[in-house]
Amino acid sequence: MPNTVAQQPSRSKISVKDLNFYYGKFHALKGINLEIPENKVTAFIGPSGCGKSTLLRTFNRMFELYPEQRAEGTIALDGENLLTSKQDVALIRAKVGMVFQKPTPFPMSIYDNIAFGVKLFENLSASEMDDRVEWALKKAALWTEVRDKLQQSGSGLSGGQQQRLCIARGIAIKPEVLLLDEPCSALDPISTAKIEELIAELKNEYTVVIVTHNMQQAARCSDYTAYMYLGDLIEFGATEQMFFKPQRKETEDYITGRFG
Amino acid sequence: MSTAQNLLNAKALAETRQARFASRNRVNKIALTLSLAAMAFGVFWLVWILWETLRQGVGGLAIATFTEMTPPPNEAGGIANAIFGSFVMVMLATFVGTPIGIMAGIYLAEYNPKGWLASVTRFVNDILLSAPSIVIGLFVYAVVVAYFKTFSGLAGALALALIVIPVVIRTTENMLQLVPPGLREAAYALGTPKWKVILSITLRAARAGVVTGVLLAVARIAGETAPLLFTALNNQFWTADVSQPMASLPVTIFKFAMSPYENWQQLAWAGVFLITIAVLALNILARVLTRTKH
Repeated sequence: MPNTVAQQPSRSKISVKDLNFYYGKFHALKGINLEIPENKVTAFIGPSGCGKSTLLRTFNRMFELYPEQRAEGTIALDGENLLTSKQDVALIRAKVGMVFQKPTPFPMSIYDNIAFGVKLFENLSASEMDDRVEWALKKAALWTEVRDKLQQSGSGLSGGQQQRLCIARGIAIKPEVLLLDEPCSALDPISTAKIEELIAELKNEYTVVIVTHNMQQAARCSDYTAYMYLGDLIEFGATEQMFFKPQRKETEDYITGRFG
Repeated sequence: MSTAQNLLNAKALAETRQARFASRNRVNKIALTLSLAAMAFGVFWLVWILWETLRQGVGGLAIATFTEMTPPPNEAGGIANAIFGSFVMVMLATFVGTPIGIMAGIYLAEYNPKGWLASVTRFVNDILLSAPSIVIGLFVYAVVVAYFKTFSGLAGALALALIVIPVVIRTTENMLQLVPPGLREAAYALGTPKWKVILSITLRAARAGVVTGVLLAVARIAGETAPLLFTALNNQFWTADVSQPMASLPVTIFKFAMSPYENWQQLAWAGVFLITIAVLALNILARVLTRTKH
């Protein structure tokens, strides 16, 4: 009898090759090679300043907002190099959504917070837009809490709700990849649990990459984990293996708290 | 170390603490008294000004003040033309100055905050911001009035606009800088083009502050006399034609208050009262707008 439990090795969604990143003269990422599997959750862990957020911010070319920052190498999304792509960066960002550490509701109503991004890329009728807003809010597990106050300001929500609003805003434009930059670090444990549940849901349709300082969080909600230190990718593998049988001594020391 | 020694040390420490605390308390009381005195000094003059304006101004208020034109000496009349002229020129100046100021402020805060052009603009703007308004009045006189060979409401509005612009530039830039960078990044992360990030997100987040800046600029020009003396001059009659000399409240007050005629002085006080109320209302409105921030 064939082993039906054996996992199909999943396709690579983003493949990073020889990626170097510089903040002015500071060499922040040193020759990173990494395959981010499709429809999985990949976590980046490592101490502050190790480059995990920097790496995440190359995937949607966010660093381009700051002229002194530059990236060299290849980041291929479905085979196309994002760094040299002729495609407008807006179209790349429509495919690669991002949620930040601090909740950033726009200064407008809850409804408009979601509709804002959708309107950039699609011409929807009013009723189609209503459906899309509802769909996104349901996906982000926020619908039941805000359905009666869609016209109220987004900044009136609690921190956890704001963060889910930002996730809803991100998925409303139907990206393929969702980048989460420490999405729970400003939230209480209950909101964190909700967002972690949400991440587990989301990977069915999206490729999720999450940066986290919280090792338990990485263990709980990711399929793959990358450990970074001082701009180097030390180890990358299945989360279970990383946490129970790390190959490298450095990874083990960090995960067990014997770091430093 | 013995227990007795420890006790002694603890007592000495307690005494030192007490002494330091007492001296800090004294300094605190002196500072508080001085601050209160300074505040009372400021408020005293302000209240006196308001009281005097109210006392002298209300007496001059009548229906005729708002319906009749500025009269010759010792005849009944009002300041309707001056109120209207002030209104027209302040509005014109605001409509011209606000968009220019806001756009320049956006450039400084969003497009090129560190470039040489921004540095130069900021420097020039600071000079313009602190330039005496009479200088601006003379400038417009030399450039516009002397060229067209007539005083006009338009020249007055232009002089006032030149005062509005630097104020609005400065407040717009400052208010946009207060918008957290994370909000901009979040908007860019959705694939929003730059102009839309600015228009829909940052300017929107800063709108209360920007509107406040505009209101304060309006309050400032509502009371300006010097730039109007050489530009709009004055007009005894009602005119809505901005190519003609135009009356304004500050210039009328200047002329009437200096005169020996009782009825003119009375009307000057009424004008002072109206300007004060208008400026007060604008300031309160600005306060309310900043409080109800999004």
